[in-house]
Amino acid sequence: MIHFESVTKAYQNQSRPALESVNLDVEKGEFVFLVGPSGSGKSTFLRLILREERPTDGRIYVAGRDLARLTNWKVPQLRRRIGCVFQDFRLLPAKNVYQNIAFALEVIGKPRRFIRKVVPEVIDLVGLEGKGERMPDELSGGEQQRVAMARAFVNRPMILLADEPTGNIDPATSIGIMKVLDRINRTGTTVVMATHDAAIVDSMRKRVIELEYGKVVRDQSRGVYGQAY
Amino acid sequence: MRAQFVFGEVWVGLRRNLTMTVALVVVVAISLSLLGTGLLFVKQVNHTRALWQNRIELSVFLCSATPLTPQCSKNGAVTAAQIAQVRKTLLSLPEVVSVSYQTAAQAYAQFKQEFANQPELVSSVQQGDIPASFQVKMKNAQADAGPVAAAVTGMQGVQSVGDDSAILTNFYKLLNGARNAVVVIAIILIVAAILLVANTIRLSAFNRRRETAIMRLVGASNFYVQLPFLVEGRIAGLFGWLVAVGLLIAARSGLDGLQSYFPFHVELSTFDLVEVVVVTMLIGLALCGSTSFLTLRRYLRV
Repeated sequence: MIHFESVTKAYQNQSRPALESVNLDVEKGEFVFLVGPSGSGKSTFLRLILREERPTDGRIYVAGRDLARLTNWKVPQLRRRIGCVFQDFRLLPAKNVYQNIAFALEVIGKPRRFIRKVVPEVIDLVGLEGKGERMPDELSGGEQQRVAMARAFVNRPMILLADEPTGNIDPATSIGIMKVLDRINRTGTTVVMATHDAAIVDSMRKRVIELEYGKVVRDQSRGVYGQAY
Repeated sequence: MRAQFVFGEVWVGLRRNLTMTVALVVVVAISLSLLGTGLLFVKQVNHTRALWQNRIELSVFLCSATPLTPQCSKNGAVTAAQIAQVRKTLLSLPEVVSVSYQTAAQAYAQFKQEFANQPELVSSVQQGDIPASFQVKMKNAQADAGPVAAAVTGMQGVQSVGDDSAILTNFYKLLNGARNAVVVIAIILIVAAILLVANTIRLSAFNRRRETAIMRLVGASNFYVQLPFLVEGRIAGLFGWLVAVGLLIAARSGLDGLQSYFPFHVELSTFDLVEVVVVTMLIGLALCGSTSFLTLRRYLRV
């Protein structure tokens, strides 16, 4: 599903590359934690998958496509197969829950009938039954993140990228968020989650990839956050 | 394509930066209407020129009993043979269409009639003061007047040659000057309009940066991301153009009103007006469309 072949990404005006010779494979339907201190290259990794950045060196394949050979006008096609969730939710404050989710389908030209059918389904899936009319500022952080997840998932992407989705949420609420991610993963969607949250990583017992200074220093199936002592 | 969605976004965009939209509409309206006025002016001048072109004549004045030039005082009044000679010379010129002879008596009668409302002027002139003359019609008055005048000037019995087109040339200069001024102002305003369109789009892009970011993230095509902005620019341009059409109709009736000061009416037809209106619309659309397209390429990258 995601295949990195000795990928290096160096930004201008930076002495050390953000990622250095990263080789890695994520299979379809996997759940992967991406851990490591700030500046270790987690965000760069996610941006490369979305083709918001191009690698300085190496090859990246996402959903069977060679990103180096993807023309600019085909990038939207790629992004339709990838859902994204962020620490800061990125909801539209002037739209209610339903409209926020529907927006993701409207802008890729889905018919209204389809939108009316799938948006309520996904609202239920993330556990926001009956809150479709609420505005984002009427929701708690955890609920807002559920809306963001619903928006990311509504088009049934093959991959869901989550960049510290629990970063702004208290531990108790985080468990609910993780349950939603797990539910999404069980539908066959590959989930890649960058996080600092040791408790979550330890409790989930999924594959853990640790980055440090742009290099993969650990890749364990059923791993934990810290080093296994 | 979901038209309802796109127009919903456009409406929100236009309302959000209303002041900018209003400024844009006003500047587009004024620049387009000035440009249109310039075009109407051009048409008016051409119409007038075409009319006068056919009416301009060369007057070849012949020596009378009261000589006014040294040549006439030396040779005395014109003789019948000299009149015949001048007529023959004129008719032999290829540029000349027709020649008519006006006797001194006829000239005096016409003078009295034309200046009937200025009796003191009429009483100061006696029959014989105005010389007999040939009225010469030419194929192309402006171009031909020079050579025809040269051909007869200095002939026996010819006192002087009067060229009407010299007066008109000044008149044209005035009209052309006014037209150029209007066009220059219009061009300056169009530059201002282009900058305003660019600025409005930039503001709009800034206002909608959240929406745009999400659209890119969920895989909306470039076209979809940019369409609301393009439509926004065009709609503002369209409103400006509509105002300009109103102003142009007013300008046309103003030009027509000016006509009453001239003895000959050369009014602009409705067709002229429609032509100018269509041209300004095309210019307006091209202006708003291309500016917003170029601005978007700078501010909305994938």
